[in-house]
Amino acid sequence: MLRFIVRRLFLLVPIILGLSILIFLWIRALPGGPTQALLGERATPASIAQIRHQLGLDKPIYEQYWAYVRTTAEGNLGVSISSRRPITTEIRERFPATVELAFSAMIFALFLGLPLGFFAAKRHGSTFDHLSLVGSLIGISIPIFFLAIILKYIFSVRLGWLPSIGRQDVLIDAQHPTGFYVLDGIVTFNWNAAWDATKHLILPAIALGSIPLAIIARITRASALDVQNEDYVRTARAKGMSPGIVDRRHVMRNALLPVVTIIGLQVGLLLGGAVLTETVFAIPGMGSWLAQAIFNRDYPVIQGGVLFLAIVFVFVNLIVDISYGFLNPRIRVS
Amino acid sequence: MGRKLKFGLVAALASLALVAAAGAALQGGAATTTLVFGASADPVILDGPLVSDGESLRPISLIFQGLVSLKPGSTVIVPQLATSWSTSKNGLNWTFNLRSGVKFSDGTAFNAKAVCFNFNRWYNFPGPLQTDAVTYYWNTVFQGFAHPAAGSPGPDKALYKGCKAVGSNTAVIQLTRKSGGFLGALGLSVFGIASPQALVQYKADAGTVTPDGVFQPTGTFGTQHPIGTGPYMLKSWKIGDKLVLVKNPTYWGNASSPNWSRSGKIDTLIFRAIPDNAARLQALQTGEITGYDNVAPQDIPTVRGSSSLRVVNRPPFNVAYVGINQAMPPMNNPLVRQAVAYGLDRAGVVNTFYGGRGQTTDQFLPPQLFGFAKKGVPQYPYNPDKAKALLQQAGLTLPVKIDFWFPTNVSRPYMPDPSRNFQAFQASLEKSGFKVTPHSAPWRPDYLGTVQSGGAQLFLLGWTGDWGDPSNFLNVHFGSETKQFGFNNPALFTLLQQADAETDLDKRTALYQAASIAVMKFLPVVPYVHSTPALAFKKNVKGFIASPVGLDPFWLATLGK
Repeated sequence: MLRFIVRRLFLLVPIILGLSILIFLWIRALPGGPTQALLGERATPASIAQIRHQLGLDKPIYEQYWAYVRTTAEGNLGVSISSRRPITTEIRERFPATVELAFSAMIFALFLGLPLGFFAAKRHGSTFDHLSLVGSLIGISIPIFFLAIILKYIFSVRLGWLPSIGRQDVLIDAQHPTGFYVLDGIVTFNWNAAWDATKHLILPAIALGSIPLAIIARITRASALDVQNEDYVRTARAKGMSPGIVDRRHVMRNALLPVVTIIGLQVGLLLGGAVLTETVFAIPGMGSWLAQAIFNRDYPVIQGGVLFLAIVFVFVNLIVDISYGFLNPRIRVS
Repeated sequence: MGRKLKFGLVAALASLALVAAAGAALQGGAATTTLVFGASADPVILDGPLVSDGESLRPISLIFQGLVSLKPGSTVIVPQLATSWSTSKNGLNWTFNLRSGVKFSDGTAFNAKAVCFNFNRWYNFPGPLQTDAVTYYWNTVFQGFAHPAAGSPGPDKALYKGCKAVGSNTAVIQLTRKSGGFLGALGLSVFGIASPQALVQYKADAGTVTPDGVFQPTGTFGTQHPIGTGPYMLKSWKIGDKLVLVKNPTYWGNASSPNWSRSGKIDTLIFRAIPDNAARLQALQTGEITGYDNVAPQDIPTVRGSSSLRVVNRPPFNVAYVGINQAMPPMNNPLVRQAVAYGLDRAGVVNTFYGGRGQTTDQFLPPQLFGFAKKGVPQYPYNPDKAKALLQQAGLTLPVKIDFWFPTNVSRPYMPDPSRNFQAFQASLEKSGFKVTPHSAPWRPDYLGTVQSGGAQLFLLGWTGDWGDPSNFLNVHFGSETKQFGFNNPALFTLLQQADAETDLDKRTALYQAASIAVMKFLPVVPYVHSTPALAFKKNVKGFIASPVGLDPFWLATLGK
């Protein structure tokens, strides 16, 4: 297992190198640069040339790349052209928002998706099963931003039950030692803040988690259907084992393997930027930050932010692969 | 298992209901004098000369004050930290008599030395701060630095020469040449006076330059300790969360409002960034914010239709125009440019696509700005036959092929829906003897880059004024040769320079009226609308006077119950 982990970690090096070249070349292939984004109608050819010179954008591409590699190797991801803040500071402040949102969305998707899929498989062919299929199809089909707007309209604007934007009520003075607002409220014993942060997560989590919910429900259903028809399950039932024990010990555990793969992929995608959800709910996370950086041609942000997320994605999938071993001893031995 | 499933589902639904009910019960009650404003982005830094974006300038205009300001709701210059001023006969020395007894919010005294300290600080900015990306307004108004970096203008080009403190209450600003626009530009909040002690103590100019060439400020003046003389001061700022201003107890204006809170005046202002327009509207509807700016035209009926919300109009201080690049024939022919003017159904576009919030115009200057000519301006009412006749007079065969550019992925205050404007103009031009080839590109960087580098023959664009002086409209666009408009007109350039140099207001007004008429005779552009941007507030916000240039006097507003 240790050798496996070390080997995967070593693979990070060529992945990051390749990714850095791809990102660097791709964003410079896009038309225009940061100057028009900074100045808009006020840009003049003289100011554009001056800023390009200051930012080194008039240097040969290999010189620009070398400067980028040098600073990144020192652990310095640079400074945002738009906000003039270090990229590492921006990531440190924004990543917890995205993690908290992604985690909440995944909890929602798992909390509903796993039982839905499992019971749909148990009641295969029933009305419940058909309804779950239709529901998951709708869940995958509805655009996230549309669902987000509808949820906000119903639960915030019309009913006034839940907040529509942000991570916390601006009138609450709370400390944020970790950057995870719910956890911060708990560790600082500010229960009002913890509760308020939780409320702010409900609608975005539902909107963002709708697609993973649908996928997890479908995969769980399909996987459980396969497993519950296996010989060893039939044998266990024939030997008189109670249905509950058969489901828990044999069916669920084996049905979860493909679901774990999906969870890993979904978490990576969620962390990669819940752009639309963050935009609609005004959550200052990584997704909305990177989207804005692309519009603004903020090269340091795009380079640093995408690289960071790539590393996170690799680590998440490593954890997923390791978790297989715990679920299935045969994988652990091999 | 079936019973457990049912129990689980019931428990989940009950939890959701409990969350909602408890949420409603735990809604924090807002203090009656706290206003939460929805901004479109976080400020960059709270240091006036280092920014040019509206969201930074909004809190900056409340923390810092300049020598002069603008009368609320207008562009008329009024005293602020200076009570009066005069110019020398040669127009090169401006003497400002300063208000006495004023303190910065750190308790230090405001005086002439503080004024000169600030002006000299800006003039002596180091190289990395000298580009338009950082010090756009100093570059635009004062045009040079004491120690220019490569590519930056130096003392030979600068308008600013120096500053002298004469006693405590008189500051003399010395210029290298006459400039009437200088006074109006001082009303910009970027030229607010900061506490010299705080500038030094909190290292306002300290920073490093990354290998990418980006200047990163490392002092805390602009992020934690922006000290000015304004009605508000910074309490806290967490980017991505909120920026909190509280009333400044040392504010000299308090003398005229001793019962600040009791009278309902706002004593706490909270700005929170909500980039999405629809999200800002919904936040206003739910009460999470009390107001926001740049209401989308399609949302105005929603705000007006609500019994708890209201629209506040910002006086029009912008212009939308069809730009003409005379470097691309046949646009160098004045008859063809006149044909374009007659061939654009401007009133039709404004009446159809501006929702009653646009004023069709025949001039580049907005009507409330001095220099707006009340008579003698050439008129070009929509007349396809006249347009065709002019093209034939120019010796051209109809239809005349032209390339017309418009931007996508953007809505500007002066041009909410560019593609619709374009389609209507295309149709009217094609009735007027032209054959239009459409070109479009995303607003930035592609569209702006194409237009500003002279790649567009006809194009849709506009301008929102920064300060209350016609030079900010006419000189910026037509005061020198540019690739965008592709013409060289020494007579027009001279007239605009003369107007800018004139310090007597009446003469200046007359010169700019003449320039305004000259522009419409020469036709480098065909202006078509001055639009009215809008803010939206909860109905209990009273007395809010919107500024044409975004310097909104929040301290004059009150919050009712």
